[in-house]
Amino acid sequence: MINRLVLENLKHRPVRTALSILAIGIEVTMMLTLVGLSRGMLADVARRARGVGADIVVRPPGTSLIGLSSAPMSEKMVDFLRRQPHVTHAVGSMTHPLSGVTTITGVNLKEFDEISGGFKYLEGRPIRQRDEILVDNFYARQNNLRAGSTVHLLNRDWRVAGVVEEGKLARLVIPLDVLQDLTANPGKISQVWVKVDDPANVPKVIASLKRQLPNYPIYSMEELTSLISVNNVPGLRAFITVIIVLAIVVGFLVVFLSMYTAVLERTREIGILKALGASPLYILDILFRETALLALAGTVLGIVFSYGTRWIIMSWAPASLTQVVVPDWWGIAGAIALGGALLGASYPGWRAARQDPIEALAYE
Amino acid sequence: MSEQPIIRVRDLRKIYRVGEVEVHALRGVNLDVPRGEFLCVAGPSGSGKSTLFHILGGLLAPTSGTVLVDGHDLSRLSDSQRTALRRRMVGFVFQKFNLLPNLTAADNIAIARHIAGRSLDDDPWFRQVLDLLGIADRLHHKPSKLSGGEQQRVAIARAIVNHPAILLADEPTGNLDSQNSAAVLSILRDLNERLGQTILLITHDPVVASYAHRVVRMLDGRIVEGGS
Repeated sequence: MINRLVLENLKHRPVRTALSILAIGIEVTMMLTLVGLSRGMLADVARRARGVGADIVVRPPGTSLIGLSSAPMSEKMVDFLRRQPHVTHAVGSMTHPLSGVTTITGVNLKEFDEISGGFKYLEGRPIRQRDEILVDNFYARQNNLRAGSTVHLLNRDWRVAGVVEEGKLARLVIPLDVLQDLTANPGKISQVWVKVDDPANVPKVIASLKRQLPNYPIYSMEELTSLISVNNVPGLRAFITVIIVLAIVVGFLVVFLSMYTAVLERTREIGILKALGASPLYILDILFRETALLALAGTVLGIVFSYGTRWIIMSWAPASLTQVVVPDWWGIAGAIALGGALLGASYPGWRAARQDPIEALAYE
Repeated sequence: MSEQPIIRVRDLRKIYRVGEVEVHALRGVNLDVPRGEFLCVAGPSGSGKSTLFHILGGLLAPTSGTVLVDGHDLSRLSDSQRTALRRRMVGFVFQKFNLLPNLTAADNIAIARHIAGRSLDDDPWFRQVLDLLGIADRLHHKPSKLSGGEQQRVAIARAIVNHPAILLADEPTGNLDSQNSAAVLSILRDLNERLGQTILLITHDPVVASYAHRVVRMLDGRIVEGGS
């Protein structure tokens, strides 16, 4: 019976109901998109690190796992690492931030080919000139580039020598010495990718390196990819929390206003129910069920919208942002939305529950 | 020994405080209503009849005095106890019908049953009431699709669906034309005569009052005629 009343109440004001659901839907979308983006981009970083084909990565002292800083480590480190027992290849690369989260990698392409098996060229050919660049297929699609196109980066024009399959290093690749010159970092690199003769020797090599280079973060690729998570990126967890709190506040305010208006509008009806003997709990039950239904519908809408944001991102900015669908967060986002909505309905509900039936019945 | 009246009111007083001013709405009302009586309380505006109605219905606590409804002393009940009493023992019929606009007539009746923790299923008595009220074919319409007379009949059905000890009707014909007024009053009289429902009706209309067994008149917070 209550459910029928709840449904009829929601149907009675379709615009208000739709707006409340939309607001909660946006709240849920914000959460799912943010978490999906964080995970997607970190997974992308991890996937492209694995794509290099190395067994170990050595990073400069004091740097974070996915730092965008360019080149604080000497290139001499590459030779040092090559001389270590069991090491077959060592390739230094430099990562330089461009705009937003886009980076460019400088690498010795011949050495890189040896460690990784080389890029897979979808169009064009390898770099032969100092003003040539490789772009991956996502970047090419996002920026309408083909082999032979010109792209303006780092204050100069580059000719796209080839379009390569994404999944290795950054989406833009140029020779290491060119990037070092352009960024005034001669002889500097961001990390060294190391390959050993047998995967079974990886722990032994890491142990030896850690003894010799005590301040350097040294990871096996398994360790590196497992460490690339929301918790290990400085500030990301706090950022996500702040956005989620903002989303909750938006949902809370919308439901608060919606329910406050509904309670004012239904003053007389609440009076009728109370005259019939409805307890304050009964009145609260009605309002909370309405709120829960709004939150449920908003959550479903938010999940659908999160597919929409993913589609938009993958259609318009596949090279800049990567969003994954996060089904394990559907319940969490729904629970957060429900909690915020119930909180928003609490004061209007309390007002309704303590309404004097005689005054309510006299309300015009 | 005669049967105990279903309503017994002794020295009932109600004082409202409006800012710094005390308003004496009831100034020592005494009233006995035997079970099965159709009683009309008449009086001009401000005479205290609505306050009496609200106190008898458990909507308002008295300031002092004794109010016994079917043996329960309302003056000693807490808010939640008065709420429980309204569920089981009192049915209301209002001038403005006061149906829930979003529910059908059937659901308006069913919700009173639901609030009382009962189901409408398999209640032959209620089918009989619906036939008596003549609304069996209008149950699936919302109030906005019903005439005033039909709405008031639905409100009467809702008021008696839980077999209340007393039915309180506050100007039940105030928003109806003469034809519908007569129909509603006839229904109330039928409920009283055929089902033995105790009815207390408030009005200032002598025609309406003529349907009752007894009329008590109120003035300035006191019963001045027809009281016990």
